[in-house]
Amino acid sequence: MSFLSEALWVLILGSLLGLELIGKVPPTLHTPLMSGANAISGITMLAALTLIIKAGSNFPLLLLGSISLGFALFNVIGGFLVTDRMLAMFSRKSTKK
Amino acid sequence: MNTFVIIKSIVDLIAVLLLALGIKGLSKVRSAREANQLAAFAMLLAVIGVLIDFLGSSGISFVAWGWIILGSLVGGLLGMVTAKRVPMTAMPETVALFNGCGGMSSLLVAIGVALYPVTQAQETGGITSLVESVSIAASVFVGAITFTGSIIAMAKLQGWLSTPAWMQSRIRHAVNIGFAVISFIAIIQLFTGGNSGLWLLVIGAGLLGIGVTLPIGGADMPVVISLLNSYSGVAAAAAGFVVGSQLLIVAGAMVGAAGLILTQVMCKGMNRSLISVLFGGALGAGSTSSSKESTEYTNITSCSVEECALTLEAAEKVVIVPGYGLAVAQAQHTLREVTRALEASGINVTYAIHPVAGRMPGHMNVLLAEADVPYEQLKEMEIINPEFPATDVVLILGANDVVNPQAKTDSTSPLYGMPVLDVHEARTVFVVKRGMSAGYSGIKNDLFDLPNTSMVFGDAKKVLSDLLVELKELGIGGKG
Repeated sequence: MSFLSEALWVLILGSLLGLELIGKVPPTLHTPLMSGANAISGITMLAALTLIIKAGSNFPLLLLGSISLGFALFNVIGGFLVTDRMLAMFSRKSTKK
Repeated sequence: MNTFVIIKSIVDLIAVLLLALGIKGLSKVRSAREANQLAAFAMLLAVIGVLIDFLGSSGISFVAWGWIILGSLVGGLLGMVTAKRVPMTAMPETVALFNGCGGMSSLLVAIGVALYPVTQAQETGGITSLVESVSIAASVFVGAITFTGSIIAMAKLQGWLSTPAWMQSRIRHAVNIGFAVISFIAIIQLFTGGNSGLWLLVIGAGLLGIGVTLPIGGADMPVVISLLNSYSGVAAAAAGFVVGSQLLIVAGAMVGAAGLILTQVMCKGMNRSLISVLFGGALGAGSTSSSKESTEYTNITSCSVEECALTLEAAEKVVIVPGYGLAVAQAQHTLREVTRALEASGINVTYAIHPVAGRMPGHMNVLLAEADVPYEQLKEMEIINPEFPATDVVLILGANDVVNPQAKTDSTSPLYGMPVLDVHEARTVFVVKRGMSAGYSGIKNDLFDLPNTSMVFGDAKKVLSDLLVELKELGIGGKG
């Protein structure tokens, strides 16, 4: 049970941290913030990795893990790049100022 | 505790710290770009952490490496290409698509663990099977809703899909409750063992995602995407319970909570509650009888680009109201040329940004930033609204619902209560629009009937480039 209680604590503290981090967001940043947070939610790729590594020689599981990893990385890499593209436009502006 | 475990714990801690700093930084204009890169780096660290952990304990087989590389390459490359190719105007759809894939990933992990108990969390630290069932059920349920919901949201934003009529009626509540009950039964089955429950849950939750997202329309879509984004965080946290990874739980919980706050912020911007967004259905659905008689326009003034140019020339203070139409027409650069010409003749130009203009909050900011519009010229609604009575010309480009005075005057209107830009208080209003069709919400816009409003029909880009020519002939912009 130690993992469970630890994990629940982690869940609660993580949620509180998330609530605390986003205080006042200017509307300009709503889209980038959403897209950046979205990229982070692709963290499930760690679970997909774990699945593949632990699968041994179980073919369906390997395949499932691999597809899952693909979806997650699509989310992560696409998400961060798109966010960067958006933010690059803002920063160009601020250097000109 | 061997060295590898210690290294992994340290790497994990650093990764969580950097992720938190990343989210924090993303909420400030100055630090946003670095913060995004920081978060990306943190994700890389997290992956390295997992790999180190396994290299130190069980090792990673060649077969596993092969599948890891295959999956990463395909997913990563597709993500890269999509991110580079997609136009700025299609950002909302893109975020929805990425988000759906994140949900799909959590769903697949949970299915894998449920079907093949190889990875049972018992190995990693004595989780009871009930806890495992609960986390699998949660991961599948939330993951499936996130996936189908995001895909529907994307299809609707792309215009591939419109809300079917029966979905507007009350039947949809019954249908959705039905899907929810199916999911609930499936979860019970899952607890009592048996994989049939698993597939039933996938189907039930998937249909629920479709059923809940499909009736939502109009200005509410951004809120839904933000909420789905929050869900994908929850799905990741649930997957963390499934595979026994605290890093996943922390990151997922952070994204889930941050997404919820963002959703709340957006709802406030529209003066709608989350409940009414989720269960109210598409705007305009409930009041067909009252709005029917008033759908006809009685007093439309149409005018040519030339007249518009003449009025602009005589103006001192011009406010631009951009909307989704501007994004569709890709007219942001042409708009910038027009405003440059106006500014060159000493006309004061500002942009009024409604919090939900476009299909996503901040959509217009991103679009105008791309066209090099100075950040200081973008004014938020609360700041610009008192300035409208002193404004000579308002130029509305493809915005509709966000300038509808009905929201303030007509309490029977479905839009009633939504904060809008008070453009009708300006001396002259030009509305650039392709035709007389209603806005995304399908509601008649009283603004078009007002005597000080003139319609300039045409594609925003075409109208703006014609306008530029006319302005130059009038000697505006210096080059004429």
